[in-house]
Amino acid sequence: MKRIVILGAGTGGTMMANHLVKKINKKEWSITVIDQETKHYYQAGYIFIPFGMESKRTLTKQIKQFLPKGIGHMNIRVDLIKPEENKLVLSDGKELDYDILITATGCRIVPSEVEGMDGEGWMRDIFDFYTVEGATALAEKLKTWEGGNLVVHTAEMPIKCPVAPLEFTFLSDWFLTKNGKRSATKLIYVTPLSGAFTKEKTSEILGHLLENKNIEIVPDFAVEKIDPANRIMRSFDGIEIKYDLLVTIPTNMGDELYEKSGMGDELNFIPTDKHTLQSKKHENIFVIGDASDVPTSKAGSVAHAQGEVVTKNILRYIAGKDLLPDFDGHANCFIESGYGKGFLIDFNYDIPPAEGTFPVPGLGPFSLLKETRMNHLGKLSAKWIYWNIFLKGIKIPFITSKLTMKGKKF
Amino acid sequence: MGQKEIAGKTVSVNEEGYLTIHEEWNKEIAAAIAVEEGIGELKEGHWKVIEFLQKEFKENGTVPSLRRVTKAGGVPTKDLYAFFPGGPLKKSSKIAGLLKPASCV
Repeated sequence: MKRIVILGAGTGGTMMANHLVKKINKKEWSITVIDQETKHYYQAGYIFIPFGMESKRTLTKQIKQFLPKGIGHMNIRVDLIKPEENKLVLSDGKELDYDILITATGCRIVPSEVEGMDGEGWMRDIFDFYTVEGATALAEKLKTWEGGNLVVHTAEMPIKCPVAPLEFTFLSDWFLTKNGKRSATKLIYVTPLSGAFTKEKTSEILGHLLENKNIEIVPDFAVEKIDPANRIMRSFDGIEIKYDLLVTIPTNMGDELYEKSGMGDELNFIPTDKHTLQSKKHENIFVIGDASDVPTSKAGSVAHAQGEVVTKNILRYIAGKDLLPDFDGHANCFIESGYGKGFLIDFNYDIPPAEGTFPVPGLGPFSLLKETRMNHLGKLSAKWIYWNIFLKGIKIPFITSKLTMKGKKF
Repeated sequence: MGQKEIAGKTVSVNEEGYLTIHEEWNKEIAAAIAVEEGIGELKEGHWKVIEFLQKEFKENGTVPSLRRVTKAGGVPTKDLYAFFPGGPLKKSSKIAGLLKPASCV
């Protein structure tokens, strides 16, 4: 019996288990999923926690609820991968052999990468919302916020969900206005990018929106250190920003397991073929989701698009066939803009977001690159779709793994 | 896309003045772009960065990230900002005759 091991039971890993269990020859292959956690969080909902619209409770389910029958599930930490020997070393000291390994370990924030970030100010006046703990603590902080400089900051790219800092800013504007604290608050958006977003046209549109909402933008800001005692953030070229509340997206990194195992790049992401999703170094290792270094968004929708390609390529790898270069970088992101409205963007490696309708060309119901109420409803419905369709690896009508050009204006 | 004369040679550049054909690059062109970008005369520290970018580009087909220049190239971020004020990667890749790094998404 040969073994496929899936590392991580988050978005990508759970989907892969559900895809493979239907497709693999179970007389020859077994599937084992390993995760050190027991809970599965709907991470796309974290953005709503600081504003009291979601909570840890409403975003948490059990990992095992979403894993299919007929596979193995181990709740344990992996301490080391020995890719040359096709072995994993588990935290109880035992070893586990694999024939094919799928890494789906995601990425995480590492505040200690910036001097002063995780010191005395952490969770006092410096918060993240990329963890359920950070987002929950920030919700408490915002309840007593009376005004001052609210700085929304991204340390360095790439980050999970690159639109999230913008969404947080827009939602803050709305939330503070609603609570009568907006006029006492200076909202400042600080980014290492040259504009509001990574893609030009989108950056322009969202940049205007920041302006209209009276939000100051500080581009090209590469943070050097934070002085928590005086609440000042300083850049490498000497610019200083005073904050009363700093909401930061710290450096995002892959699991340190890859550093220990000699498999990661300088951010512990795994060098991966951007079209086949096979590890560049080891042919029996495939990478799905945020754990890879492929140059597209780190987001659940991307993992969803990758799932089909990884499944197909694992079956081809087993059959000794050439892998298909079928992943095009497709990402599809809702952007909350406050006041019950939102944007939707759809893009891939080569084609930037364009105006149009989604998912049905000419019909919608969602509008691309436009601010509508329907897009906001789409974002809200994404939670149900995630738990009930995405994770189960069920195909969604009209949603294709590859980007479609139909119904779009360029 | 267009043509531009830099250091007495006509080269192909994009809208932002980045060379689109790396083979057209030479050290004189680098020196001229450096002046244009307000960097001034290129010294040893600058060249170390430029050469690292070119080596990485040759091996991987992409301009490395700032963090990679720091970690694998051995140039502290502080120095990078001192050598190329106002955007180390954008400026150094332009001088190195490489396309602007596609901003990570």
